[in-house]
Amino acid sequence: MGRTLAEKVWDEHVVRSAAPGKSEPDLLYIDLHLIHEVTSPQAFEGLRLAGRGVRRPDLTLATEDHNVPTLDIDKPIADPVSRIQVETLRRNAETFGVRLHPLGDVEQGIVHVVGPQLGLSQPGMTIVCGDSHTSTHGAFGAIAFGIGTSEVEHVLATQTLMQARPRTMAVTIDGSLPEGVTAKDLVLTLIAHTGTGGGQGYIVEYRGTAIEQLSMEARMTVCNMSIEWGAKAGLIAPDQTTFDYLEGRPEAPRGADWVAAVEHWRTLATDDDATFDEEIALDAGVMTPFVTWGTNPGQGVPLSAHVPDPSGLADEDDKVAGQKALEYMGLSAGTPMRDIAVDTVFVGSCTNGRIEDLRAAAAVIKGRQVADRTRLLVVPGSVRVRLQAEDEGLDVVFKEAGGEWRGAGCSMCLGMNPDQLGPGERSASTSNRNFEGRQGKGGRTHLVSPLVAAATAVTGTLASPADLAPLAAASLERAETGGV
Amino acid sequence: MKEFTRHAGTGLPLRRGNVDTDQIIPAVYLKRVTRTGFEDGLFAAWRNDPEFVTNRPEHVRASVLVAGPDFGTGSSREHAVWALMDYGFKVVISSRFADIFRGNCGKAGLVAAQATQDVVEQLWKLIESDPTTAIVVDLEERTIQADALTAPFGIDDYTRWRLLGGLDDIAITLSHADDIDAFEATRPSWKPTTL
Repeated sequence: MGRTLAEKVWDEHVVRSAAPGKSEPDLLYIDLHLIHEVTSPQAFEGLRLAGRGVRRPDLTLATEDHNVPTLDIDKPIADPVSRIQVETLRRNAETFGVRLHPLGDVEQGIVHVVGPQLGLSQPGMTIVCGDSHTSTHGAFGAIAFGIGTSEVEHVLATQTLMQARPRTMAVTIDGSLPEGVTAKDLVLTLIAHTGTGGGQGYIVEYRGTAIEQLSMEARMTVCNMSIEWGAKAGLIAPDQTTFDYLEGRPEAPRGADWVAAVEHWRTLATDDDATFDEEIALDAGVMTPFVTWGTNPGQGVPLSAHVPDPSGLADEDDKVAGQKALEYMGLSAGTPMRDIAVDTVFVGSCTNGRIEDLRAAAAVIKGRQVADRTRLLVVPGSVRVRLQAEDEGLDVVFKEAGGEWRGAGCSMCLGMNPDQLGPGERSASTSNRNFEGRQGKGGRTHLVSPLVAAATAVTGTLASPADLAPLAAASLERAETGGV
Repeated sequence: MKEFTRHAGTGLPLRRGNVDTDQIIPAVYLKRVTRTGFEDGLFAAWRNDPEFVTNRPEHVRASVLVAGPDFGTGSSREHAVWALMDYGFKVVISSRFADIFRGNCGKAGLVAAQATQDVVEQLWKLIESDPTTAIVVDLEERTIQADALTAPFGIDDYTRWRLLGGLDDIAITLSHADDIDAFEATRPSWKPTTL
């Protein structure tokens, strides 16, 4: 019988399998281990205490992203506790011989933006990081998943992980996304369909024409949010789009190696006669801009809909959860989503902080102004993304509209650095989690696409670009001469 | 890691589903570089409410957390497990755990016992009617016992074996170093390296 993409990649990495009948998990080899300052200090300390070293520093890469400031990055980090954490990573990288891209380095950025742009994330690999959004790298046809700090230590010491083989699921999305509907809307629609636990225990393969039509960056957005519906990992079969993205990147294979690699990558696609343990099918053609109303990523509706009424839900737990979410979010059932006023718009994160996301947002903002009572914060996913955007004049577009243009990092996605919402403040955010307090204590988050984020910044209420008044002749002229 | 065979303690009824790890410990509490001292961050936002279940005097000594379904979703932060352990929990019971959280529990030595939602409901009622009810979690037998209730719980065989022996799984893996060496010798030359 044929095998799925996930099964092929898994099988290629099994170092050791227990005898049949034994319950021991597989010992899986890890091709690339990504590291950041927040989930690694205790792992390095564990190595030190046990007198162990890093087995393969040459398969390890560290960057600073989670707690770093996005302003005054040339100065010492003001928060002493954050500074100690970053300094600890620098010391550990030095001691154990790990390559580090620190604040101020041209390759610094969010770990899941840095790996792909360097060409380190490649098809058929196993990639782990002490961060749940490691699923992002699945866009290349890699098995990529987040791990805890004990597992970070395990990988540092052994370059392997003990892993039970997950079940497989196919999510087939056929049709084409309509104009103005993005990969973010697609994945938010999916999560609303499955709930936050729907993928639990599965490695998911996204397939179908709508997925094939996505750019690599859009595929990363989809795979990034696999964890938000509980999946162990999410991946997409490598194809010409993947190879074109990779070819020529600094760490991609070259010459004869490139030819050999591509030849192998082409064999990874799921066989025609392979079967999945579970299958879901959705039609991209009926999807619309999608936004969340609640406090988990599964609580979403089309932008054109109203805040739902949880009292109508059949399941008692869903009802209670829905009511608690509305209370936290300060919303009433029946309110049109488009009437919800937003204080802060955040464009960034490992979900939507890449160049295509910034281009999409800038194209909407260009020639327009951010609404009076709304703040627009644009945080590129990496220094490379920032420099590219500045080359294209996107920073000027955001700044002229009244937005803030920042340095690279995770920033307001998780509110570990000074970029946070205040209590009761409401955001439209291109990030991945609308959990209570995620973006700052008491903060209220609506997850949106970069297009919806940009339109929302202009109107001050949740909106899509289609809701915006056409640009007046004068501002059109300004937009056209603006250099983008 | 300490061995775990059996634990008897009182329970904390957390009547919420989808408790994500940002609720268990918000990001601002993740800045420590040590492995202990995370108890202050546990349920930090919810604990501001004097009525929150951890603040009730009858539950201050609870060591068995009984939570709604999909416990530990979201971020991979193992600090969530450390915060629960630092606070004094030895066992978490839920009908469904998020994968990464469950894995982290097994590594750090917190027992994540998967019971049916029906058992969770019965435990909630027992604890709420008498907070001193002893809940006995037997890892050897994979059972939860409280008052007249005895129910099985799920935990994977390998994690159970390691917890029972208090075994260091890095040492177990390093005992297979020859297998790892042999595997590495077969890796294709085109696979990327970082140095």
